[in-house]
Amino acid sequence: MGKVFVIVEQKNGALRKATYEVLGAGRQFADQLGAEFAAVIAGQNVGGLVDEVASYGPDKIFVADDEKLANYTTGAYSDVIGKILLKEQPDYVLLSHTAVGKDLAPRLAQKLEAGLASDCTAAVVEAGELVLTKPIYAGKAFATVKSGGGTMLATFRPNALGSFTPAGSKNPEVVQVPVEIDPEALRVLIREIVEKATGRVELTEAEIIISGGRGMKGPENFAMLEEIADILGAAVGASRAAVDSGWREHSDQVGQTGKTVSPILYIAVGISGAIQHLAGMGSSKVIVAINKAPEANIFKVADFGIVGDLFQVLPVLKEELQKVVGK
Amino acid sequence: MNIVVLIKQTFDTEAKIQLTGDGKVSDQGVNLIINPYDEFAVEEAIRIKEAKGGEVTIVSMGGDKAQEAIRQALAMGADKAVLISDPALAEVDHYVAAKVLAKALEGMEYDLILTGWVAIDDQSAQVPGRLAEILGLPQANVVTKLELEDGKAVCHREGDGAVEVLEVPLPAVITAQKGLNEPRYPSLKGIMQAKKKELKKVTLQDLGLSAEEAKAKIVGYQLPEARQAGKVVEGEPADTVRQLVEFLTKEAKVI
Repeated sequence: MGKVFVIVEQKNGALRKATYEVLGAGRQFADQLGAEFAAVIAGQNVGGLVDEVASYGPDKIFVADDEKLANYTTGAYSDVIGKILLKEQPDYVLLSHTAVGKDLAPRLAQKLEAGLASDCTAAVVEAGELVLTKPIYAGKAFATVKSGGGTMLATFRPNALGSFTPAGSKNPEVVQVPVEIDPEALRVLIREIVEKATGRVELTEAEIIISGGRGMKGPENFAMLEEIADILGAAVGASRAAVDSGWREHSDQVGQTGKTVSPILYIAVGISGAIQHLAGMGSSKVIVAINKAPEANIFKVADFGIVGDLFQVLPVLKEELQKVVGK
Repeated sequence: MNIVVLIKQTFDTEAKIQLTGDGKVSDQGVNLIINPYDEFAVEEAIRIKEAKGGEVTIVSMGGDKAQEAIRQALAMGADKAVLISDPALAEVDHYVAAKVLAKALEGMEYDLILTGWVAIDDQSAQVPGRLAEILGLPQANVVTKLELEDGKAVCHREGDGAVEVLEVPLPAVITAQKGLNEPRYPSLKGIMQAKKKELKKVTLQDLGLSAEEAKAKIVGYQLPEARQAGKVVEGEPADTVRQLVEFLTKEAKVI
């Protein structure tokens, strides 16, 4: 019987949103493959997460709980999780393509001498194997990837798999894994973790994103986008032009040299729609554009566009959304 | 301080992607550049060299055309370069690529390996982590600030919604994120000097390796379905916004 493993991601004792998707999809793939489904939880004081993870229907849960795993470090996490995977030899190991997932997965793949398809946006089971789709050239094309024979790892872009209702607990076997970390794996020290205090949802995980470009004319005007973001529970993004002008931080940049996002709703404000920006948000489910230039490229991909002065449109939009959302 | 910088030649960010008759990605008429994230790594290495001395070695894998990217890095101020070029490497996965690079680094002396955190072509972000694992080195990934202190690097790593300040003992693999620096343009003098700098070409055989099976196989490429332009409205904001909100709530049902 084959095995499908999901590496659960938690932060400060709470599951990351992206993990639910991978857990939900993992159960489905395992059923279609006729495989056992297991989840791995690593961290400190993570015992409280077992029930929540169990609700997604794994047959087995591996728990590695240790103070040395309090915060994510490449060395400690890849050492502990790598040892579990080397012993279990799963067919597939699934992670989220988050800051942690994209750091961890390559090291795990190399420990297992396995293949890895990263930043996948879709997967299907065909003829008894998992067939993965991943964007290349920032979504200007897609590659279909399969295992070359052995274990295959995959990281999934947040929001790409869709949402899953928990399959229900199968009363999984919970295995407490003894944590013995190789001292070599503890060489990197965390001096400090500076949380970004925006209070808003992370760009790559957001279901709604409102982004501003050159048309915003200055950093101060992004406050208008932030206000709308707060009404919608959205994240605020920016085009390369806005970031290169120093109006927004690079971590807000959407596009080929920034973040690739696939929210349910993407609102582009004062963004012309350069090819490298479209590449970063083209997989959004619904795209709305507000731009004063009717010939702007962004209107070619937008599901709904307003040709108009954003400085006149945004205040009205804020008011109308407030009425609808009722905040 | 000796630094190895791994670079990859990629398509320009403005490139339109087309497929060839047999379904592969076509490079016809495409401008080639240094992967932008690798360019940050090259710039950082040169700045460190300028401050602390030492040598910057560029290592790249690719076809003959990759020499242009390497010459650009040399023109920026790197000292010498190695190009691993072999027909058997035309379609390798990241497992094989990391193994080949690790082998090429054998015998080189370095305190630091710098590269971009991701290449903008296959956007896999795998080789640095795999290489660090093979070499048994610590890593700091997606770094926006790098400072060297006695035998270690202090790195600002971009996490999800947080910045992690890491102390990484050297040697280590450190990957560059946009924001780390502003890469320089090569000067005319730099371009002239680059022509005389050592660029060593090696094959798999030179490295004592033979072609190896990929662990991940690409079985096909597709272009995305073109998005259809939707409704575009113009007029008084009170009216256009009302139509937009109606679209979002009733038609698209996303709010």
